[in-house]
Amino acid sequence: MDFEAVIGLETHIELSTVTKMFCGCSTVFGHPPNTQVCPVCLALPGSLPLINRKAVEYTIKVALALNCQIQSFCQFHRKNYFYPDLPKGYQISQYDLPLGRNGYLEINTEDGTRKVRIHRVHMEEDTGKLIHSGLTGRISEAQESAVDFNRCGVPLLEIVTEPDLRTPEEAKIFLSSLRNLLQYLEVSDCNMEEGSLRCDANISVRRGDMDELGTKTEVKNLNSFRFLSRALQYEIERQKKILAKGGVIRQETRHFDATTNRTTSLRSKEMAHDYRYFPEPDLVPLEISDQWVDEGRRSLPELPGAKRLRFMEGYGLPEYDAEALTSSRAMADFFEECAKRYHRPKIISNWLMGDFTSLLNATDTAVERSKVTPEHLTEMLKLIDEGVISGKIAKSVFEEMFNTGRMPREVVEEKGLTQIADEEELARLVAEVIAENEKATGDYREGKGSALGFLVGQVMKKTRGRANPELINRLLRERLGGS
Amino acid sequence: MSRISREEVEHIARLAELEFSEEEKEKLAVQLNQILEHAGRISQLDIKDVPPTSHVLPLTNVFREDEPRPSLSLEEVLANAAEVLDNCFLVPQILEEG
Repeated sequence: MDFEAVIGLETHIELSTVTKMFCGCSTVFGHPPNTQVCPVCLALPGSLPLINRKAVEYTIKVALALNCQIQSFCQFHRKNYFYPDLPKGYQISQYDLPLGRNGYLEINTEDGTRKVRIHRVHMEEDTGKLIHSGLTGRISEAQESAVDFNRCGVPLLEIVTEPDLRTPEEAKIFLSSLRNLLQYLEVSDCNMEEGSLRCDANISVRRGDMDELGTKTEVKNLNSFRFLSRALQYEIERQKKILAKGGVIRQETRHFDATTNRTTSLRSKEMAHDYRYFPEPDLVPLEISDQWVDEGRRSLPELPGAKRLRFMEGYGLPEYDAEALTSSRAMADFFEECAKRYHRPKIISNWLMGDFTSLLNATDTAVERSKVTPEHLTEMLKLIDEGVISGKIAKSVFEEMFNTGRMPREVVEEKGLTQIADEEELARLVAEVIAENEKATGDYREGKGSALGFLVGQVMKKTRGRANPELINRLLRERLGGS
Repeated sequence: MSRISREEVEHIARLAELEFSEEEKEKLAVQLNQILEHAGRISQLDIKDVPPTSHVLPLTNVFREDEPRPSLSLEEVLANAAEVLDNCFLVPQILEEG
């Protein structure tokens, strides 16, 4: 039997505003517990929330970039539940009037471009952080949790897709495209390790010939790209096995455990959700005027899709290069800075996708924190063009620049990497190589052209890569009297 | 009009994390029904020309700018905590799994 998986994602994104959603406390991550907390965060009697205008502006931008309809009249609701990370006993969220709905995001998969529909985009507040263990020796054994309310009230965006994704790979591509988009918009740093981008998934499986959806489960705690695909793979297989045996999927919430690579049922939450939503009486509604939406639209930067096309048309880059370079705004900006200083875009692209990307990955460095700047790279490319260094040497120059941040000319001079352009010195080395390699020279004279490459290599070896290969080529041919 | 049953009282109590004696449950069922009946009288009114209203004030778009204000001191934050550990509120363990 052929089964098809149907996946929808629910993502939560912390907005990078300076202050929280409903009060003036700082949103900075990583400060000591309970130092960014006020009466609003703690729900002390008499405290009242006040909406952060910037959070609304950011949400409008996101909704527009996701091609959503903007709700001209929208309001906040109370979502009521008791949990110690939420002192009010309810979360201020949005219910039937979310700010944006019916949008889509285009993603590039192996099978081409696909539209993933966005069900809704809404605003809410983050909750505090529960620390279950690891704080002190005492807590790991005790029946207690510690609560830090610094995160409580941080503006949170919820973005929910329609069940349009079919494979773990597609889900991963969607999440990475969404993250890229949000980073372009500069509304969130989307740092998954710090929890500013979090993801839950709804998954069901159906027989290939069925139209209606199967019973779904919700899997939580998919807070890295690796976890996302592993959890989805596991859950899809689990459901397939049950269905293949004629079993029934139970609708439930499951938790992904990264250490066992399994999802397990969260029985504690099985009690039917009954949030008793009602309009938040402490906050008056929002009216999003056309003018406000237009302002939002005008403030949108060039988005990844448009940038990709411009990179192909404006710089003549292949689609693959354009896709890779625009997959992060920082990399795209880096490329464009280089292109202002150096006239061959494809050469720049090769270095960025090749050596630069591998060094960034190997050292786990973000583009914007790299010691190599566009100036470093383009100065180095000019040294290659001027014949000062060979392309091969440039690789080690680049690595040195990457590690130390020193300018290429400095590196080249200090390490004596300048190409040997002195014909006399090279001629001497060429003569040596010819004398040492009778067989290859003989082969070449008998018409075996490939032997020349070997001899060039031998000369290069003697110069430790510092010779101009074209020059060696010419000198060898002259000496050997070939054509 | 549907009536609030004892089971519903229990359900609401559970959501509100409250415990009641059998006697109190009976009493609450009666009281909640009285409240519903009272509110139910509104449904007899003709409201077809009244727009749905969630707020009585004719106000929209009340905002604050994204400017930080001082938070409370740790001492003030934790003043009402039943128990404190490492500057955190200590609460009974909530099981995430199981």
